[in-house]
Amino acid sequence: MLDQRSLLGVADLAPAGALAILDLAEEYVALNRRRDKKRGVLRGLTQINLFFEPSTRTQASFELAGKRLGADVMNMSVGSSAVKKGETLVDTAVTLNAMHPDILVVRHAMSGAVALLAQKVNCAVVNAGDGAHEHPTQALLDALTIRRRKGRLSRLTVAICGDILHSRVARSNIALLDKMENRVRVIAPSTLLPPEIDRWRVEVFHDMKAGLEGADVVMMLRLQTERMSGGFIPSVREFHHRYGLDHEKLAAAKPDAIVMHPGPMNRGVEIDALVADDLERSVIREQVEMGVAVRMAVLDLLARNIPGEGAA
Amino acid sequence: MTLILANARLIEPETGADTPGAVSIEGGHIAAIAWGEQPAAPEGATVVDCGGHALAPGIVDIGVSVGEPGARHKESFRSAGAAAAAGGVTTMVVRPDTQPPVDDPAILEFVRRRAEESAPVRVHAMGALTKALEGREMAEMGLLLDAGAVAFSDAVRPVADARVFRRCLAYAQGLGALVIHHPQALDLAAGGCATESEFSGRLGLPGVPALAERIGLDRDLALAELTGVRYHADAVTTASALGSLRRAKEAGLAVSAGVSVHHLTLNEFDVGDYRTFFKLAPPLRREDDRAAVVEAVGEGLIDVIASGHRPQDEESKRLPFEAAATGAVGLETLLPAALRLVHAGALDLPRLFRALSLNPARLLGLPGGRLAVGAPADLVLFDPDAPWILDRATLRSKSKNTPFDQSRMTGRVLRTWVGGRSIYDRAEDA
Repeated sequence: MLDQRSLLGVADLAPAGALAILDLAEEYVALNRRRDKKRGVLRGLTQINLFFEPSTRTQASFELAGKRLGADVMNMSVGSSAVKKGETLVDTAVTLNAMHPDILVVRHAMSGAVALLAQKVNCAVVNAGDGAHEHPTQALLDALTIRRRKGRLSRLTVAICGDILHSRVARSNIALLDKMENRVRVIAPSTLLPPEIDRWRVEVFHDMKAGLEGADVVMMLRLQTERMSGGFIPSVREFHHRYGLDHEKLAAAKPDAIVMHPGPMNRGVEIDALVADDLERSVIREQVEMGVAVRMAVLDLLARNIPGEGAA
Repeated sequence: MTLILANARLIEPETGADTPGAVSIEGGHIAAIAWGEQPAAPEGATVVDCGGHALAPGIVDIGVSVGEPGARHKESFRSAGAAAAAGGVTTMVVRPDTQPPVDDPAILEFVRRRAEESAPVRVHAMGALTKALEGREMAEMGLLLDAGAVAFSDAVRPVADARVFRRCLAYAQGLGALVIHHPQALDLAAGGCATESEFSGRLGLPGVPALAERIGLDRDLALAELTGVRYHADAVTTASALGSLRRAKEAGLAVSAGVSVHHLTLNEFDVGDYRTFFKLAPPLRREDDRAAVVEAVGEGLIDVIASGHRPQDEESKRLPFEAAATGAVGLETLLPAALRLVHAGALDLPRLFRALSLNPARLLGLPGGRLAVGAPADLVLFDPDAPWILDRATLRSKSKNTPFDQSRMTGRVLRTWVGGRSIYDRAEDA
């Protein structure tokens, strides 16, 4: 069970809560592979996907998750309309709140924005990514993928590689993997690391092969296009040379190490196409599948805390 | 007509005295001071019994932003003046960051007239250092000086271009004017909204390295040395910048420094869960920096404590942290917050009032800031030990963006006089 109204981050998730989500998600993985994928646990509930920042896969994943559980799902991309008219985040939240949604799934380009919005509404809020802060369902789906492949979610060596500085995926993953007692390494040039990351209970590497040595899991991050030239790294080709995952560098990891990527990939930048498509090693497509199941589990567990008739 | 403030605990920053006594006021000035033994009041004098509470020279607050002209919904001279009176601030030195900015003598005259009409405290205005505070061309400093500007500043906007800044300093030096600047290497600080640290990294907030302040200050001090101008850094908040400041002072440069009370009493962790009322410029610092700056105030390396008063409306604060406006109101909380340093043993009361009253008055060439015969009777009576909890709704500022909402405060202003005239009495207020 999950004894909270909202899921704003991994930071406020107890290990037992995380495991409850993963266990329920396993059931939904099985359900999603059947012909009839429909459950009615969210019937009658309204889910609004509120995306202040464009996203294709995360939004689709949440939409499918809600629909398979029987919720009425509405997608709103706010970046284009209301914000241009000068409406603030809080105004948008208050307006939507008046329409009595039960679950808001929110993405915003600024750290802390989803928590701010959650203070202004009285429904469940799921953080689908806030700035460089948290993306909890991504960490959970990664955890589920790891657990299914490795048979456990502890005492593993996980190397996270690439643009850690701007990555909410990295922050949520570091937090969750640390809670589950894994060894976490980060591999990046100094310019793409958060300040004082050495205090985060992670091992820091600038050399990729050294960082991959003995790793069970290799987690690649997307390098945003706008950071590619000159500002944070000299060039794409230099980054690819030093930090792009190819089979040669991957050979430093354990022979059965799995390769992950939250997508969308920049092939030939942070990951070589041959590695990305290597079904022996790459679990990138499986991550997408786990994403729907994990989000179903999160929505289901949060919905159980929504007061029913008479209870309110 | 004589007013006698009797049975007081006199706090004199210049001599460091902290003794029982009485102050006698005539014609808006201090006419006599009785240290220790208090003579009987002369016939016909009005006597106020101070109840043994602390009586100190009124606060001279350098660097107050008021929304007139341009943003009166945030703060007017009336509301700022009322807040100042209730905070024991008897002189406000207002910044030029209005809309339009005070880069034209006509605007300065408007500001002075509005202040005269509606604020019960003394108000002096800074003029802009550069036109429109844009850091490109110098403002008409000579004309502004003649119109009454007491110093020149671009408020919290540093002049990024060293060549422009050098010329401004050289020109100001020729006028004998004081330049008040916000030391910060803008290119290094660009895009940041929190002090770069483990904490900001975990929150995912773009960081400003603390070093941006030292690099900015180093440049400013080098140019101050080159030009010989009187230079005041409005906010020195990091340990590493203190070293630069110390060397410049030891070399005999005409430089001084201030800090806001917020940077002395709060640290980066107070931002907590993206609380935008704690978003300041410069951002709140690490605890070791805060402690170093408190020590620097104690030894006099940092000369001035100010409120850093910057009113912001609710809308501009009710935003994601990165997008929210910077600044906090502080006129009314300056003294109670600064008393935390006294209660923590970092300063004694005379030392505190050197930084709040005496030093800023000297810096600007104003006659106040002292308990001395002939000085203006700008005084604050306060109970340094009165406990209370701040409710931001009760603040007199139009904007309520205080970081001290619901905080426990120890020490409260009881009465304020400007030129011997009572402008605040807590007994009538409650």
